[in-house]
Amino acid sequence: MSRLPRSLHPGAWWLWALGLATAASRTTNPLLLALIIAVAGLVVASRRGDAPWAFAFKFYLWAGVIVALSRVLFRVLFGGGDTGHVILWLPEIPLPGSFAGIHLLGPVSAEYLLAGLYDGMRLAAMLICVGAANALADPKRMLKAVPGALYEVGTAVVVALSVAPQLVESVLRVRRARRLRGGRQRGLRALRGIAMPVLVDALDRSLALAAAMDSRGYGRGSGATRPVRLGTGALLIAGLLGICVGVYGLLDGTSPGWLGLPMLLLGLLVAGFGLPLAGRRVRRSVYRPDPWRLTETLVAASGLLPAAVLVLTARVDPGNLYPSLDPLGWPGLPLGATLAVLVALVPAWLAPPPVSVLSPARAVAA
Amino acid sequence: MSGGVIGFEAVTVTYEAAPAPVLRDFSLTVEEGELCLVAGRTGVGKSTVLGAINGLVPHFTGGRLAGRVTVAGLDTRTAPPRELAHVVGVVGQDPLSGFVTDTVEDELAYTMEQLAVPPAAMRKRVEETLDLLGVAELRRRPLRTLSGGQQQRVAIGAALTAHPAVLVLDEPTSALDPTAAEDVLAAITRLVHDLGTTVVLAEHRLERVVQYTDRLVLLTGSGTAVSGAPADVLVDSPVAPPVVELGRLAGWAPLPLSVRDARRRAAPLRSALEGAVPPVPPDPAGMPVLTARDVVVRYGVVLAVREVDLDLPAGEVMALMGRNGSGKSSLLWALQGTGARQSGSVSVGGVDPAQVPPHQARGHVGLVPQTPSDLLYLDTVGAECAQADAESEAVPGHCRALLDQLVPGIPDDHHPRDLSEGQRLALVLAIQLAAAPAVVLLDEPTRGLDYPGKARLRELVRALAADGRAVVLATHDVEFAAAAADRVMVMAEGEVIADGRTAEVLVASPAFAPQVAKVLAPQPWLTVDQVAQALTGARA
Repeated sequence: MSRLPRSLHPGAWWLWALGLATAASRTTNPLLLALIIAVAGLVVASRRGDAPWAFAFKFYLWAGVIVALSRVLFRVLFGGGDTGHVILWLPEIPLPGSFAGIHLLGPVSAEYLLAGLYDGMRLAAMLICVGAANALADPKRMLKAVPGALYEVGTAVVVALSVAPQLVESVLRVRRARRLRGGRQRGLRALRGIAMPVLVDALDRSLALAAAMDSRGYGRGSGATRPVRLGTGALLIAGLLGICVGVYGLLDGTSPGWLGLPMLLLGLLVAGFGLPLAGRRVRRSVYRPDPWRLTETLVAASGLLPAAVLVLTARVDPGNLYPSLDPLGWPGLPLGATLAVLVALVPAWLAPPPVSVLSPARAVAA
Repeated sequence: MSGGVIGFEAVTVTYEAAPAPVLRDFSLTVEEGELCLVAGRTGVGKSTVLGAINGLVPHFTGGRLAGRVTVAGLDTRTAPPRELAHVVGVVGQDPLSGFVTDTVEDELAYTMEQLAVPPAAMRKRVEETLDLLGVAELRRRPLRTLSGGQQQRVAIGAALTAHPAVLVLDEPTSALDPTAAEDVLAAITRLVHDLGTTVVLAEHRLERVVQYTDRLVLLTGSGTAVSGAPADVLVDSPVAPPVVELGRLAGWAPLPLSVRDARRRAAPLRSALEGAVPPVPPDPAGMPVLTARDVVVRYGVVLAVREVDLDLPAGEVMALMGRNGSGKSSLLWALQGTGARQSGSVSVGGVDPAQVPPHQARGHVGLVPQTPSDLLYLDTVGAECAQADAESEAVPGHCRALLDQLVPGIPDDHHPRDLSEGQRLALVLAIQLAAAPAVVLLDEPTRGLDYPGKARLRELVRALAADGRAVVLATHDVEFAAAAADRVMVMAEGEVIADGRTAEVLVASPAFAPQVAKVLAPQPWLTVDQVAQALTGARA
């Protein structure tokens, strides 16, 4: 197994991260969740590159903190925790009229707060896992790995992603220019003065891009007939919808069982019919495709293992995964789940170091 | 087949709703390995000629094309642009708007991916192209983080990797500073000489390219063209670089195309000019209308302007020069009061424009930004003028009268977007002048202007100064600065590195010296007009 610096197949990182996120979705044990966050953070710290997107991880961390805190804050704000160990007495504000029944503030119990915190931590951990995938693998590189049939959709996505920052830039520029005329910055009348130049600018850009893509051979030699195109398109969309619903079902422990794995498999099956059919009409090659080697399989497996262990444990013996709040107690650390989560740490050493974006001959120092 | 790699046979192009065809019975043959320059005044159809080569005209733009255009034996009538991607590489004016991917390597490979080039060949060609254009160390960088010159070279590389027989470039250096433009042109000439690629390019600033050109196609404006060796075509062309104008003045035949050609013949001219001195613009006697001290502009960690001091006297035109990103625009915006300014002071008649509301600030300092169209949002020229009068609390018709002084004859009912670059610039300038500012700042005003357009702008700027205003032009165009400015300030890394009379600053600089100065050095002449006046003075 070669340990030379290279960028790992983005799919491996995404499978690893989604596995870890699935594991997080199956527990509210704060110790396990903290461990999952720590594992994700450590792997990111040792294996992310120096490209701009790699530095987005800290925003996900902050988003996680905000999610967890706001869960707790809402519990305090809307009160209702008068059973158990009350630790905070706040004056209760009853709402009048149609809001009757909703209380603002009031007594806050430790159990109630902890439940909010645990729940918030679970969401935060899942968010941070996705952030880890984003930091470790350029999301746009995933598009290189998509089958030929999705290529055109993929290009549209890339273009759309690059339009957003351009639009923001253009709005800022025009707003600033507007002050040169002494025009208003806000309000409906200002909207026209800003929207018109921005829209005209966006239109010009998209025309220029369309002309450039046409000149560079985009959409070349696709001679499919309309019914074939519509048919394969329908198959593809249905399949992808199935996959999305399936993944959602897997991640959300409370949804009915048939929404999870069976839906995912069905979606894969439908898309599996559509992809080769649609792929036949696209004739193109891929520049430096990311290879899938043993390392990729191991990295993906190290993330999927904790998912499998926690999903199974949640079925068989959920006790330690959902620590008891009544009676209140210090949560235990279930041995099996802990070891499984620790396995996800392996890529920090196993994965090859990434290649530097700024000076291509070097690896990024971990 | 007539042997040429590109053939136009009696081509007539008419756009929808246009009163007359852009090209009429246009015929042209470009031989393999030629560097062909398409020139002419603004709006004569240069882009139409370039677009027709790979079929964007009329497949993409619409309109009717009669006649026949062939490229490497393929007829654009039957082959749309995408089917010509392996034959014609196209680089547009703004490289950033044509990028499809977001890193250098992916962008270079994009066309090859569409052509289904095998991965091994792709890899090899990308490496070769990275070296050819000198961008190897940028290979993994996101495209948006590159400088303008680097982006333009990547765009050229992206067109080259498919090994096209023909490369088409639309104003490849128009947004670049002189040094970056040199880099791009060096890359292009290398392609022509080493790889035998046929290159067709359009360019306003002939002084940058004409010396490398094998064939000049001069569009006359009536839909036809004159084509031939540049020295022959330029004899009576309405667009000509200063070195050619100097050659015409001195009666040299054939005309010189480069500074080197001209310098070798200039000895008699230099001796004829011996003893004469160019007119020195009078030192400004007026009090400064704008005083700035220790201006600092910082965006996050980037220091754009570093403690700049500046006095602008009434009646003086100053050119602000320096490479892209040296802080010129940031300084202008900070002086106007709208842009960021972290510390320092700006005072226009005792008022800091940043401390007063925008509609008052523009009464002190008027700024025309790099993209003037950002200021325009109404449907007609008349409506824009009326709105400007309302904004500046001027009498109705004031802005319109100003516009007629600047550029007469723009109808009220025209849409601002249908105007030419020069007309649009004049409209925005009129809108800004309606507030009667004492200081006028122009950011890159010569973009998209041809030689006659620049001459008009120069008169305009001189007239503003004669009215007692202080004018600042941020520009890359050394020829324009030499002709229009009394004073030149050069910035680098946010600092002022030179500030003085135009002749002092420009003559000595290798990058910023105008062609006439290079030809007649060590004599301090800057423009052909100065030389012409001195010669008539000597004869009289």
